[in-house]
Amino acid sequence: MGLTSIDWIIMAVYSVFVLGIGVALKRYMKTSKDFFLAGRSIPAWVCGLAFISANLGAQEVIGMGASGAKYGIATSHFYWIGAIPAMVFVGIFMMPFYYGSRARSVPEYLRLRFDEKTRGLNAISFATMTVFSSGISVYAMAKLMQTLHILDAPLRSMGLPLSAGFHISVIISALVVLVYILLGGLVSAIYNEVLQFFLIVAGFLPLVLLGLKDVGGWSGIKQQLPTAYTHSWQGMSNPHTNPLGVEWFGLVMGLGFVSSFGYWCTDFLVVQRAMAAESMSAARRTPLIAALPKMVFPFLVVLPGLIAISLPAQRPGLVPSAHGIDAMQEEMAVPGRGLIPPKINETTGQPMLDTNGKPLLDYDLAVPNMLVHYLPTGLLGLGITALLASFMSGMAGNVTAFNTVWTYDIYQAYIHKGASDQHYLWVGRMATIFGIALSVAAAYAATRFNNIMDFLQLVFAFVNAPLFATFLLGMFWKRTTGHAAFGGLLSGTLAAAVHHGLTLPVGAVAGIKGGWLATVHIYPSEMAQNFWTAIWAWSVCMVITILVSLVTQPRREEDLVGLVYSLTKRTSEGHLPWYQRPEALGIAVLVLALILNVIFW
Amino acid sequence: MGLDIRLPIGLLFSVIGLLLVGFGAFGDKGIYQRSLGLNVNLAWGAVLLVFGAIMLILGRRLSAIRPDAGSSAGSDDRTERER
Repeated sequence: MGLTSIDWIIMAVYSVFVLGIGVALKRYMKTSKDFFLAGRSIPAWVCGLAFISANLGAQEVIGMGASGAKYGIATSHFYWIGAIPAMVFVGIFMMPFYYGSRARSVPEYLRLRFDEKTRGLNAISFATMTVFSSGISVYAMAKLMQTLHILDAPLRSMGLPLSAGFHISVIISALVVLVYILLGGLVSAIYNEVLQFFLIVAGFLPLVLLGLKDVGGWSGIKQQLPTAYTHSWQGMSNPHTNPLGVEWFGLVMGLGFVSSFGYWCTDFLVVQRAMAAESMSAARRTPLIAALPKMVFPFLVVLPGLIAISLPAQRPGLVPSAHGIDAMQEEMAVPGRGLIPPKINETTGQPMLDTNGKPLLDYDLAVPNMLVHYLPTGLLGLGITALLASFMSGMAGNVTAFNTVWTYDIYQAYIHKGASDQHYLWVGRMATIFGIALSVAAAYAATRFNNIMDFLQLVFAFVNAPLFATFLLGMFWKRTTGHAAFGGLLSGTLAAAVHHGLTLPVGAVAGIKGGWLATVHIYPSEMAQNFWTAIWAWSVCMVITILVSLVTQPRREEDLVGLVYSLTKRTSEGHLPWYQRPEALGIAVLVLALILNVIFW
Repeated sequence: MGLDIRLPIGLLFSVIGLLLVGFGAFGDKGIYQRSLGLNVNLAWGAVLLVFGAIMLILGRRLSAIRPDAGSSAGSDDRTERER
């Protein structure tokens, strides 16, 4: 693609700042608390922006644009239903226990509330998951750099083969993230996430504005597309009348309740950002402040996908022929849709067809093609920098969560107890190097065995699905016991696996998509299957935990003070102005989310 | 932490803003066919420059009220005690 020196300068300036923040923070990293918890000294708005930015990795920016092109505005459900209510809940009801218990991580809270085995289970599955997620992020980034031919010109001038682009992207991004975390720990990650947040907005907003102007605004999109694409709730009464292929109950329970609460309320990757806040009230406000930009993010990441399919299929002459995507378009005999090209089989170079002989579309190229289509050199550099920023924040989020859980919940708990704080600080730094090396290894594993990544993500989904039931019972029912939590988690994960093994999305073959035990039910879409897997896992975990709790010995009440709702003093925040009170903020956030849902009904 | 995040954000966006404004004002005008004929580098560069300046002003004003030296000395004291 036609990058010029101004684009490279912008990318270089960004990298200098990212590393510079690490260097500037190095002198503050004196104890393990500084490194892993940011010294609990970060203002609420900074934590809040880091809270959404850490989650705004590669999969999000590219994936949400892709879903926008595939499913339309209903993709916003991943924000309005799939994030906002859970973010309000974790801020108002759960943060008092995470922050107040002085636990240093989510697994550590599980040890305080339940027992060692529940913590071990959570710590090990979480640590594995973060390493692979960050590996997937690196892989996706390097792949994208290759698809967009970003490094081709410099590689040619250096006389290197074009395939080196993948390795260079992996190594450089891993090194940058490694250096800034190694130097500045969690503060550095959080500060860079805030920087990345603003960059993502700065890079994507002009794209959306230009695209909207081109297609004639929202009303122009509505004219171009079938109504199902521009309404988020219409047709939700039946899975066959909306593009997601889910009915409202599966959506609200599966996405809005189980998956979303399971992620936002229990995933240490995001909770860690709030635990770094300077006070209890700041920690509680963190997810609520995060919810405000989160709510309008669909306009930034989903809308480009909708614009991409609203455009007439490739107006010839408008797109300059200098960039690589064009070469692909010349070859293809089958038209794409708007800016979305058909999927090309990497080995044969032919467009891939579905079972009906229609070409499959490569939706993941919606956002990158939009960037190339609208942004001239200069802003294009900023747009690519924004993409890079999102990859790095996604990776750094995983790495900082990994080094903390590894050091506190695995190393200090099971390998080497009672060492000096300096020793754990050192272990944390080593874990950072080790974690990044593992992510890079995972990225390379993904290039060889793509199915392994699909398989792992599936297993993680099974592990995650029941978690929220355990936390809900643990925090709000003092009778819940450790044996019950452990048994509930295991049986919930098992239930998820069994449900997946017994069902299939329509049109899929038994295997990685499900049905590997037997096929007793066919879902109208993969999304419906995922949501129902989560619902089953959660319900089984809930029931088993309650049943086992009733027959096992509960812990003494005085041991549970500060860990369970009914035994913890409410914090009074009456002295704060209303906009700083979590409850008031929470209500404001929910009302705004409701308004958005009504507007895009 | 002793570093106010608004300062690096303000600085980064001012630098990027200046670069884009300069490029938009003096660079080739023929590249704006893609962006619907608008000189988006100049316009968006100016927006980023204003944002960067606001961040710098906010960051500097607040660190003037609450000097960095005080807060970092505080955390140093705590570190000493924890050791």
